[in-house]
Amino acid sequence: ASTLVLVEHDGSKVNPATLHTVTAASKLGGPVHALVAGDACQEAAAAAAKIPGIEKVFVAESDALKGQIAEAVSAVLLDVQSKNNYSHILANGTVFGKNILPRLGAKLDVAPISDIVEVKSENTFVRTIYAGNAVQTLESVDPVKLITVRGTAFEAAADEGGSAATEAVEVVVNNDKSKWLEAKLSKSDRPELASASIVISGGRGLKNGENFEMLYTLADKMGAAVGASRAAVDAGYVPSDLQVGQTGKMIAPDLYIAVGISGAIQHLAGMKDSKTIVAINKDGEAPIFQVSDYGLVDDLFKAVPEMINSIDG
Amino acid sequence: MSGLRVLVGCKRVIDYAVKIRVRPDSLGVVTDGVKHSMNPFDENAIEEAVRMKQKKIVKEIVVASCGPSQSQETIRTALAMGADRGIHVEVPAGTDADLQPLAVAKIFSKLVEKEKPDLVILGKQAIDDDANQTTQLLAGMLDWPQGTMASVVNAADGRLTITREIDGGLEDISVSLPAVISADLRLNEPRYATLPNIMKAKKKKIEKMTPENLGVDITPRLKILNVVDPPVRQAGEKVPDVSTLMEKLKEKGHL
Repeated sequence: ASTLVLVEHDGSKVNPATLHTVTAASKLGGPVHALVAGDACQEAAAAAAKIPGIEKVFVAESDALKGQIAEAVSAVLLDVQSKNNYSHILANGTVFGKNILPRLGAKLDVAPISDIVEVKSENTFVRTIYAGNAVQTLESVDPVKLITVRGTAFEAAADEGGSAATEAVEVVVNNDKSKWLEAKLSKSDRPELASASIVISGGRGLKNGENFEMLYTLADKMGAAVGASRAAVDAGYVPSDLQVGQTGKMIAPDLYIAVGISGAIQHLAGMKDSKTIVAINKDGEAPIFQVSDYGLVDDLFKAVPEMINSIDG
Repeated sequence: MSGLRVLVGCKRVIDYAVKIRVRPDSLGVVTDGVKHSMNPFDENAIEEAVRMKQKKIVKEIVVASCGPSQSQETIRTALAMGADRGIHVEVPAGTDADLQPLAVAKIFSKLVEKEKPDLVILGKQAIDDDANQTTQLLAGMLDWPQGTMASVVNAADGRLTITREIDGGLEDISVSLPAVISADLRLNEPRYATLPNIMKAKKKKIEKMTPENLGVDITPRLKILNVVDPPVRQAGEKVPDVSTLMEKLKEKGHL
């Protein structure tokens, strides 16, 4: 095998999800190269070169890659692939990876494989279907495998210790069809939901957006990120980027605390790989208790303040 | 902007509320006698097209579905929501589970050749295979711009401004037409088909085609070796109060 990893980054830092994808890449055997593409990404490229296991980092820098728009990045990928002929191209199973990799699939006439959770061999992979309610093993017959990786299923590679060579890629992209305008990122001093070691999520039981303040207070005391169920997002309590679940973020923190969440199938799909799960719900029959390590049947409006008070500082 | 023609895709899937059961032969899930309905994200796609028609941006909505004969019911639902006519690309029952996104995108690219729409709207992912690929594949095949995971779509001056749901929040992009977009859940609130509209939809035309007569090879590139139940997570213990809970979390080293 020879593998190219499409690096997700913000220009200066490599997205932690990429470290998990590098681990998946290393399981394929053979050399692992990486592509960093963007309008200003030298810092991110230098960071990628430090990831042990990556032998070479291609850097594609051009104004045409502003916002890492799919039309432009997939064109660079196609160019790098045509010169190097990798057997596998991997990207994160995030919005970033899922937006770009299938577009390359169209150009290569290859069926992409979404969100793998295990590498069985160079051409056999495991992924989940039906929101995690069934697990599928499949074999690709395509000459090139295009794969997005579910980060929670693979350990993170180290982000220090490597010293890959970097090589600039000439960017020839003619894209007058799409243009990136702006990102409206949620600002927060809390850890990122996708990589936090503790996540506290609220559901419809919180009753309104104001009551989420309670969870923020607890989260700040515990150094945790805050998430939400789809019900809470749909009800407008919190913005959609907090959503944990099959159609939101798939996460696997060390500790997941579900507050006022009943545990719909699609929510469980997003968090059931967490190491320890705590559920707080006044309905003792709620399905969330079937997956929780510790369940507290209680009124969250009483329990959460008690938790806040019980933590020093 | 006015007079656009839109092609919308919809897929018949096992209803989202049904508890999935893996088949005894471990090659798929049980579909016989199981309630099916339209893929939820596709409802958002159709709703968006209908709203664009109400705003006079769109003049005609063609809805297409690839699948077994029962997919006609899904198309009828879309027609009752407000689509004008349907296309059913029939795939024999039993082989429809093997119809993969690459093949569906190829079928849709042929339909685009035939129908010449200005815009294609699809759901961002189907809740059965959870692939999230067809829109991106189709846009790549056509060399059209893509606006995936859209939560807002605005049309002006021959272009679309699309707000996309990304991991850290939202982003805005602008694409020229023709384009392919994929609908996220928060794009809109899909309407229910009313009885009079269901009656009216019965008179709307559904054209039937097959992958063969569109010249598309649907042979799967991904061979499904097995489908099994996920590992079961054992329920743990109930704790009587907050102090016990915090004690347990301390023991485990979480606090």
